[in-house]
Amino acid sequence: MTGDDLTRLTVKDALSLLRLGSVSAADLVTAHVQRIERLDPHVKAFLRFTPELWERQAAEADRLIRQGESRPLLGIPIAVKDVLCVTGVETTAGSQILKGFKPPYTATAVQRLFEAGALMLGVTNCDEFAMGSSTENSSYFPTRNPWDLTRVPGGSSGGSAAAVAAGEAMLALGTDTGGSIRQPAALCGVVGMKPTYGRVSRYGLIAFASSLDQIGPFARCVDDAAITLSLMSGLDPLDATSADRAPMEVLNNFNAGVRGMRLGVPREYYDVKGIEPGVKTAIDAALATFRMQGAEIIDVSLPHTDYGLAAYYIIAPAECSSNLARFDGVKYGLSEVDAPNITDQYLETRRKGFGGEVRRRVMLGTYALSTGYYDAYYLKAQKVRTLIKRDFDAAFKNCDAIVSATSPTVAFPLGAKTKEPLSMYLCDVLTLGGNLAGLPGISVPCGTSGDLPVGLQVLAPQWGENVALRVARAYEEASGVTAQVAGVV
Amino acid sequence: MSSRWEVVIGMEVHVQPRTRSKMFCGCAIGELGDAPNTHVCEVCLGLPGVLPVPNKAAVEACLKTALALGCEIPRHTKFDRKNYMYPDLPKGYQISQYDLPMSINGRLDVGGRQVRIRRVHLEEDTGKLVHAGDKLHKAWESYVDLNRAGVPLMEIVSEPDLRSADDARDYAMELRTLLRTIGASEADMEKGQMRAEPNISIRRQGSEELGVKTELKNINSFRALHRAILFEVERQREVLEAGGKVEQETRGWSEAEQRTFPQRSKEQAEDYRYFPEPDIPPLELDRDWIEMIRGALPEMPSVRRERLIRTHGLPASDVAVIGADRELADLLEGAVATGAPAKQVANWIVGEVAPTGKLPSAQNLAELVTLVGDGTITRDQGREVLLESVETGRTPAEIAAEHGFRQMSDETELRVLAQAVIDANPKAVADYRSGKTQVIGVLIRDLRARARQANPKLANEVLLKLLG
Repeated sequence: MTGDDLTRLTVKDALSLLRLGSVSAADLVTAHVQRIERLDPHVKAFLRFTPELWERQAAEADRLIRQGESRPLLGIPIAVKDVLCVTGVETTAGSQILKGFKPPYTATAVQRLFEAGALMLGVTNCDEFAMGSSTENSSYFPTRNPWDLTRVPGGSSGGSAAAVAAGEAMLALGTDTGGSIRQPAALCGVVGMKPTYGRVSRYGLIAFASSLDQIGPFARCVDDAAITLSLMSGLDPLDATSADRAPMEVLNNFNAGVRGMRLGVPREYYDVKGIEPGVKTAIDAALATFRMQGAEIIDVSLPHTDYGLAAYYIIAPAECSSNLARFDGVKYGLSEVDAPNITDQYLETRRKGFGGEVRRRVMLGTYALSTGYYDAYYLKAQKVRTLIKRDFDAAFKNCDAIVSATSPTVAFPLGAKTKEPLSMYLCDVLTLGGNLAGLPGISVPCGTSGDLPVGLQVLAPQWGENVALRVARAYEEASGVTAQVAGVV
Repeated sequence: MSSRWEVVIGMEVHVQPRTRSKMFCGCAIGELGDAPNTHVCEVCLGLPGVLPVPNKAAVEACLKTALALGCEIPRHTKFDRKNYMYPDLPKGYQISQYDLPMSINGRLDVGGRQVRIRRVHLEEDTGKLVHAGDKLHKAWESYVDLNRAGVPLMEIVSEPDLRSADDARDYAMELRTLLRTIGASEADMEKGQMRAEPNISIRRQGSEELGVKTELKNINSFRALHRAILFEVERQREVLEAGGKVEQETRGWSEAEQRTFPQRSKEQAEDYRYFPEPDIPPLELDRDWIEMIRGALPEMPSVRRERLIRTHGLPASDVAVIGADRELADLLEGAVATGAPAKQVANWIVGEVAPTGKLPSAQNLAELVTLVGDGTITRDQGREVLLESVETGRTPAEIAAEHGFRQMSDETELRVLAQAVIDANPKAVADYRSGKTQVIGVLIRDLRARARQANPKLANEVLLKLLG
C-alpha cells in the first residue's frame, strides 16, 4: 500500500490496518504529512501544523496499539478548525485580532477525540470568526476547492472540508452556525454533520453566535461521522447549554435502512430561489433512490422559510456583537497600546484586527440590540425563530426526516460572491433553518453537477441524530455514491 | 431643611452572597488586599471560547434573601447580558438579570415600617482598575486587577419608600441584620461585601409627582450613606430654591471632601443593549427546593425583636442591640432558657459581650449572671471571669474559685477596710468632712483598689457611716 493509499482510507479501514499491525500510527501521519506537503500549497486547507502534537500522539498511539489496547480513534489523524482551542496551539478564529493567541485549555470536543486516540495534524482555515460561506473571509488566505482550485470550498469550515476531501486528514472538526459544516461538506463532496444544539459541548469553541453554534465532524463516510460525533457528545460541566444525553444514542439503529420511513421534502426547499438545475437533478435522483429502498417521499411545508434568513442575520450578528466585545486589545491578541486613550485603543485595535465582514456584523448586531430598535429587530427575529421551530415541529408530525439539497449551488468561483454580501448570505438558505430550530442535520455526497459535488441534506427532529444518520447511511449504501478523495491537479 | 420639601429615596444595594467560589467559575473568592490577579481563570478572564456556568450556592443565597424579604419567585428567570466596554470588564459585557429577575415584590420591616422591595437579582462583579499617578486623567499607566471579576452579587432594589437619610441608613442596617441572620452574606460594608446606592429626589410636600433623581455611588459605610444623603438633599434643595433644575445623573461621594460630585449625566448614560444570555439556559427553579429553603429560614429579625420585647419584657434599647445580631439574640435566649433573669443577661450582653464581639456559651453566661446576681462575686470580678471564660471555655464558677474570687460582704471586714482608707487619705477625709462631698470619689476608688472583691454597695455604706 502506498502512502497515498493510506490517505484515502476511511476510519474503519484504517483502524483495522492499525490493529493488524500492517501500518503504524506514525506511518499514517507520515502519509498524510507527505500528501499535505504536496497538495496543501495548492489547496491551502491548513493555517498551521502541530508536529509536536502529532509526534507525541502517534508515539503514544503506537505504544498503546502494541500493548493491545483499543480505542475508537486510536492512531487516526484529524484536522481542527481554527475556532477550536487546543492548549498551547495558536488559535485565531481566522482573525488577525487573535494572532499569537495560544489558549491554556483544550475544547471539550477536541479533548474527547484526543482521549479516543486521535492525532492532531494541524489547524484548518476558516472564514474570520466563522462568518462566511466560502472561506474567503479568512484574514490569512482563501482555501481552494480540491475538486477545482479556481472554486471555493464553501465555508465557514472550508479548510476542514477541503482537508478531508483532499486526503490531507482522515477526519476534521468544524463548526456550524448557519450551515458552516454542511455547506462546505456539500461543496467538497464529503460527509459533514451538525448535531442538535446542546449535543456537543461548546466549551473551547470561540463563539460566533452562541445560541446557534455547534461543533461537528467532517468524514469520508457516514459511519465515520457517526462514531466521531458520538465520541464528542454528552454533558459537559463546563457548558451549561450542553445536554445530559447518552452519547451512544446518536448510533441507535442508525444502520436500519429507510424501508417504511417517511421522508419529507419541503416545497420551500425543493424549489428554493436560485437552485441550480444540476443540483435539482441530483436531488431528484436521490429521492428516487429512497423510494426504491422503500421509503415514502411526501410533501411537507416550512412556510416561514423566507423569513429565516432575515431572522438569522439579526440574531447571529446580535450575539456576535456581544461575543466579540472581549477582543478589546486589553488582555490578549492584537493590542494598539500606543493609542492616546482607552477608547482609541479599542477603536484602533478592532479596526485593525477585524476584517470587513466581521465589522459589518458587529455593527448590524449592535444596531439590532440598541434601544428603540430592539423590539423591531431582535425581538421580532426571536418570534420568527419560534415560528420556524413550529414549522419543523409541524412537518415532523408527518415525516421522520426532511431531505433537500444542502446548498442551492455547487462550488462557485473565488470572488464570485465577495462583492455582494447578500448573495453570499443566500448560500445558507437551506441550512440555517436547522440552526434556528436547533436541529441535527447532515450533508452527504449525492453525485455531481458539472463534475462538482452536490450535497444531500437530511434534517431530523431534536435529538434525532440517529434518524438523520440512518437516512444518510441508507442513501450512501444504496446509491453507491461515496466521498472520494480529490486528485487535485 | 425646609419643611416644604419631601425627600424620596429608593435604594439599590449590592450584596456579595456567602459563597466559596465565583458566580460563573470555580475561582475562590479572594480577600481584600490579596495580590492582584491571583484568583482568576480562563472564564473570569473572559478568554475566547470559555463559558459561564452558574454557581448554585449563589442562586441559593439569592433565593434565601428573596424569601426572607417576602419576595415572589417567578416560574421563569434568566440571565441577560449588559453590554459595555471597559477594561475592568473582561468579556465586554456583564452577566446580570434584566426583565425576568429571580424575585420580585418583597418588603422589609424597618422599625415597624414596611419598605417595599422591587426585586432581588443575581449578577457578577467587575474587576478593578489601579491607576499609577494621582488622578485618572493624568495617569501614565493603568493596571487591571480581575480578582473581583465574576464575584457574585445580589442586587436588592427597593421602591422609593424612604423619606430621610435616617430612613435610608436604618433600611441598610436592617438589611445587613437580615442578611447576617439568614446567613446569606457577611454584608460587611468596609470589606465591599455590601454597597449601597441611594436614588434621591425631593419634591414639594403634598406633591404626588416624583422629582428628578440622582444616584449616589462609592459609599462604603453607614455613616457615609447618611452624610451623603444629607448633603445631596441639601444640594438639590438649594438648586431648586434658586430656580434651577436637578440634573438626572450619577454622582460620587467624596469621603475626603464630604460632598457629592457629578460622575455621569443621563446624556452620557450608555445603551446597555441588554439581551438574554445565550450561554446560560433559562432557570426553571425547582419549587420543592424553594420551599425547602423557605422552610429552613430562621425567625426574621423584626419578628424576633418584637418577641424579645414581649416575652422577656426587655426595653427597646437593649433589643435594638441584641436583635441586630442573630448570635447575640441566640445567646440571650439560650442563657434565659437555663434560668438566668432576662434583664441581667441583656445588661451583660449589651455592656460586655456586644462591644467585644466575643461570645461565651449561653450556659457560661447564665452561670456568670447568677454568680454576680447572687452576690458571690462582684461585677468587676465578673468581667474578668467573663473574658477568661470566653478565651478558655471554662465555666465561670471554676474560674472564680481558682482566682479565689468571692465578694467581701462581711461588715466587720468592710469596716477594717474602710478605716484603712480613711487613715491613708487624711486630706480627702478632711475635705469631705468640711463639706466638699465630691471627694468621696477619691476615697471610693482607693477602697476598690485595695479590695476589688468588696461588695461595692455595702462597702460604700460602711465608708460613709465611718466618715460620719
